[in-house]
Amino acid sequence: MSLQVSNLTKIYGQQKAVNNISFEVLPGEIVGFLGPNGAGKSTTMKISTGYMPPTSGQVLVNGLDVATHSIQVRKVMGYLPEHNPLYLDMYVHEYLHFVGKVFELPSRELKSRVGEIISLCGLDREQNKKIEQLSKGYRQRVGLAQALIHNPQVLVLDEPTTGLDPNQILEIRKLIKEISTEKTVIFSTHIMQEVQAICHRVIVINQGELVADAPVADLLKSQPQVQIIVEFDKPIDEQKLAALTGVQQLVVVSPGIYKLTAIQGADLRPEVFRFATENNLSLVGLKQEQLSLEEIFRSLTAKTLQA
Amino acid sequence: MIQVFAKEFNSFLNSLIAYMVIGVFLTGIGLLMWVFPDTSVLDYGFADMDTLFSMGPYVFIFLVPAITMKSFAEEKKLGTLELLLTKPLSDWDVVFGKFLAAFALVLLALAPTCIYYMSVYKLGNPVGNIDSAGVWGSYIGLALLAMVFCAIGLLASSLTTNQIVSFILAAFLCFLIYTGFDSLAAFGNNALLIKQLGILYHYDSLSKGLIDSRDVIYFVSITAFILMITKTVIGSRQW
Repeated sequence: MSLQVSNLTKIYGQQKAVNNISFEVLPGEIVGFLGPNGAGKSTTMKISTGYMPPTSGQVLVNGLDVATHSIQVRKVMGYLPEHNPLYLDMYVHEYLHFVGKVFELPSRELKSRVGEIISLCGLDREQNKKIEQLSKGYRQRVGLAQALIHNPQVLVLDEPTTGLDPNQILEIRKLIKEISTEKTVIFSTHIMQEVQAICHRVIVINQGELVADAPVADLLKSQPQVQIIVEFDKPIDEQKLAALTGVQQLVVVSPGIYKLTAIQGADLRPEVFRFATENNLSLVGLKQEQLSLEEIFRSLTAKTLQA
Repeated sequence: MIQVFAKEFNSFLNSLIAYMVIGVFLTGIGLLMWVFPDTSVLDYGFADMDTLFSMGPYVFIFLVPAITMKSFAEEKKLGTLELLLTKPLSDWDVVFGKFLAAFALVLLALAPTCIYYMSVYKLGNPVGNIDSAGVWGSYIGLALLAMVFCAIGLLASSLTTNQIVSFILAAFLCFLIYTGFDSLAAFGNNALLIKQLGILYHYDSLSKGLIDSRDVIYFVSITAFILMITKTVIGSRQW
């Protein structure tokens, strides 16, 4: 089942939260939904799940309009809202039971399904606790479990890994990856490594506008500028280094360590090596760095800020 | 809807709320009915249950808002309402499920007072000398009144994220609709018409033991109307 967002606009009073964005997520795809705070990520997700209607435009889930076929769409959709709201006074298995019933799972299967999802989300030891007793990481798993209990075709996860410790983040990511093979998954995050780790594609929005929609690899390639970090055993005359052909910019990181940005397509490493031998300098480090996704994100979202 | 009802009702029973409500209601009514000399049936000398039916509504004015105050206010505050409303449940399912759960709890609190009826029935001289029709009419009236109060409580809860505001608003509205119209009738020319807008007129009419369909329709339609406003408030995220 695909999730198709077309020309979506949402206006709160005077403020345009989402401005005419369109994208599509296909089955089997994990799409990362990026954007700075207040970019309109959660609004888009709330509209996609049928919680709020758009001001204009539409969201289609497998061809069905979320606004008009709301109940049908909700049945095939799993949603983890931002901040992961839960009924704190319920027991974990009781809560999952309730959610299963809401999705009208047949009562014969319900019990085994709850057990299944509890072990899938690693909640075995916590299942007889009240949700209020759980730590944040386990609550997050409960949130994920309730989104998955009816084996939804479309998963919408709003910041599923915020506030978790690094181990938990890895586990949740692994979980999302495992379950997503045949599902349509869209999740929002601030963490770039996460996108690199599990997403096939990223959608970046900023101030309600779509600024990028591309596979992760393409996005990384789209900024072919290469930076190298050069380290000498002692400080050198940086003017000479800056004068090398192909150097666009030189930054002194610390005495003896310099960061060079190459002009497009140039490989500075042989040049630097030659420079070192010619000037009798001992080169102790030479490292090439591609622009990270984080920097790409920053440049994408900064552009529209100025515009 | 049934899922929401079951969840809400269970959460009453799993928390202190249900026991508080039932305990406070029965203790209060029991004291008024049997112990306090001013209102006690034993001192009164007549085999009737007027104490229960005249004090009951005032106890409900405080108890029912206490039951309903968290139903939407808390869910809105915690964000669980968003969770609930993105499940395959219509707004009606949620509103009506919660309403039924609150109403069921009130009925559960009211049920044990049947023992009072039996006691008064046995104490009568000769035994059974009690206006049974009047008592059952009053029970139906009290249940219908509680139904309206539950709907008002839900409406108040849906209007705010603060449980205290919800409680006070609901108690005030319950009081207003119960006796407010009666008091207002003293001012205007159309006294009867204004009286008929309030609950007291229809409640009194039922307590005579005659189940008039007009009174029942009054209670049911007021409830339906208030629940409809509640549903509209919950749906107002759509605007």
